[in-house]
Amino acid sequence: MNAMTDLRLMTYSEAIREAMAIALEADPTVILMGEDIGVYGGAFQVTLDLIDRFGPDRVMDTPISELGGAGVAVGAALTGLKPIFEFQFSDFAMLAMEQIVNQAAKLRYMLGGEASVPVVFRLPSGSGTGAAAQHSQSIEAWFGHVPGLKVLQPSTPEDAKGMLLAALADPDPVMIFEHKLLYKMKGEVPAGHYLTPIGKAAIRREGTDVTIVAGSIMVHRALEAAEKLAAEGISAEVIDLRSIRPIDHATILASVKKTGRLMVVYEGVKAFGVGAEISAMVSESEAFDFLDAPILRLGAADAPVPYNPDLERAAVPQVDTIEAAARRLARREV
Amino acid sequence: MNIPFAIRTYAPEILREALKRMYLIRRFEEGAEDSYMRGLIHGTMHLSIGQEASAMATCIELGDNDKITSTHRGHGHCIAKGADVGRMFAEFFGKETGYCHGRGGSMHIADVKTGNLGANGIVGGGLPIAVGAALSAKRLGRPDVTVCFFGDGANNEGAFHESLNMAAVWKLPVIFVCENNGYGMSTSTARSTAVKRIADRAAGYSMPGVTVDGNDFSAVAEAVHHAIARARAGEGPSLVENLTYRWRGHSKSDRNRYRTKEEIAEWMERDPIARFRAELIAHGVLDEAGANAIETQAQAYVEAGIEFAKASPAPGIGDVTRYVYAEAQG
Repeated sequence: MNAMTDLRLMTYSEAIREAMAIALEADPTVILMGEDIGVYGGAFQVTLDLIDRFGPDRVMDTPISELGGAGVAVGAALTGLKPIFEFQFSDFAMLAMEQIVNQAAKLRYMLGGEASVPVVFRLPSGSGTGAAAQHSQSIEAWFGHVPGLKVLQPSTPEDAKGMLLAALADPDPVMIFEHKLLYKMKGEVPAGHYLTPIGKAAIRREGTDVTIVAGSIMVHRALEAAEKLAAEGISAEVIDLRSIRPIDHATILASVKKTGRLMVVYEGVKAFGVGAEISAMVSESEAFDFLDAPILRLGAADAPVPYNPDLERAAVPQVDTIEAAARRLARREV
Repeated sequence: MNIPFAIRTYAPEILREALKRMYLIRRFEEGAEDSYMRGLIHGTMHLSIGQEASAMATCIELGDNDKITSTHRGHGHCIAKGADVGRMFAEFFGKETGYCHGRGGSMHIADVKTGNLGANGIVGGGLPIAVGAALSAKRLGRPDVTVCFFGDGANNEGAFHESLNMAAVWKLPVIFVCENNGYGMSTSTARSTAVKRIADRAAGYSMPGVTVDGNDFSAVAEAVHHAIARARAGEGPSLVENLTYRWRGHSKSDRNRYRTKEEIAEWMERDPIARFRAELIAHGVLDEAGANAIETQAQAYVEAGIEFAKASPAPGIGDVTRYVYAEAQG
């Protein structure tokens, strides 16, 4: 049976839950770990009801011990299990940096290829929920700096499911940054088991005047902006990055060669972020000679995420700011 | 005369093998130190000379399916668990034939096939990993236990407390073995640790905690034996604290400004290898000539190991990013 023929409308969080259920069903070495993922269903209800189907030995509530919990997942992955570890908020991964960066990412290399750490970390991420500075960050770029990790950002329900299944099939540690505002977003999702390839960007809208590279929720904002720009004759190509480590250089370069204008939109703090990496990569490539304008980065303000809703909105790229920036770029006003 | 636990519990050939491995650890580390002085090994290393009974007696009952996690002072654990000193030297020399193909060195020495999940450059880094290995055993229905070696310094890391708590909550088959050599680098346990005995920390996590003379082979073996039995019976984790001493400095940069010559000399009098050797002779497990033969054999292994390492090829420069990720299948 071709899974792709059977599409259902479901939310991003339902799609993630379905992926976990498929994995738990198919592979007895898969376990879920995290804070309040059992009867509570997780802070964002993503694991809801899984404990009823698979029991507390496979859907394990951990104490509030991010460092220890992540390390247990790493040790379990090293010795035969495939843990999916949920951080309640991506911000809390900072408590576990040691185990993610010093251990999980480096074990295969330090041991000369003699060890494998097939752990998946799920990280609810991003702003827009009024949760302020310690519950709203977008820190995926930090992990982009770490060889040994893979770092994914699904923007659709279909990808959220396919990326989680691909992460589980991967023998190395994978971090999946899920956007909290996308959990309720609906989309068509294929039934059954399928893999979204890791490291392959998706062109979500074709265009000829300007390339907008975005990830996660910024893809949707960029698409909305592109739609408005189309009304005034500006044709924007929107690339969904999907994976920031590895980055799909080829898709970005091909698009830049076509449009001659590049803008990178991301929710992390603008400085030292995904935009810096992509613009540098383009500058170092053969696509540089195709540029007709400076590369533009649109990222978060140089501040912690604020509480006040107007400030919070203003702190990260929105449809109107993306639209305005793309217009300036298309008109060569930068 | 009371017969020590180890003598009455283990077969003579097991005890002789244990003595051999203790000599192997000592001679290996002396050989590594000498090779460092000659410029054959770069970087740094943390020697466990003086702590051999703790490593060997802890591992005496472990099989290859049982796991250990080790520390930055991990050469002894690696040898005690069954590693080959030739491949260890090759690793220290940065060679492709080393256990980590020259990517890890002293601080990441490992031998996954004999159950050594690796030394660790981060104090406390191995503790949660050991708990994870024990979780695997329990979930996969395997009878293996995991021994988690750590030093006194690690007992003040958050990872220690989180790990003991989770191991106890989930009743996991893990044995936390603290090698308390009195100093975390230069800071004594008296100045760093609020409890008098690190084993006292066990009470906070509802597990048995016992402190033993870590230079007494039999005392360590007995304490760990009971902890392993408890773990294999599904009753959960234990904490064993081995009081010991490192004769050498923390690492190659140490100038021993925080302890006296007298203190070092006093501990050298309590040489764990000499004590174990005398005990084996006293109980007729071997004679003086037999002990000498074991010592000579260990020396020969070490010399052969160094020659193997010297003759081994270095990794290709073009392979600097190899092993970052799994290699594509097919």
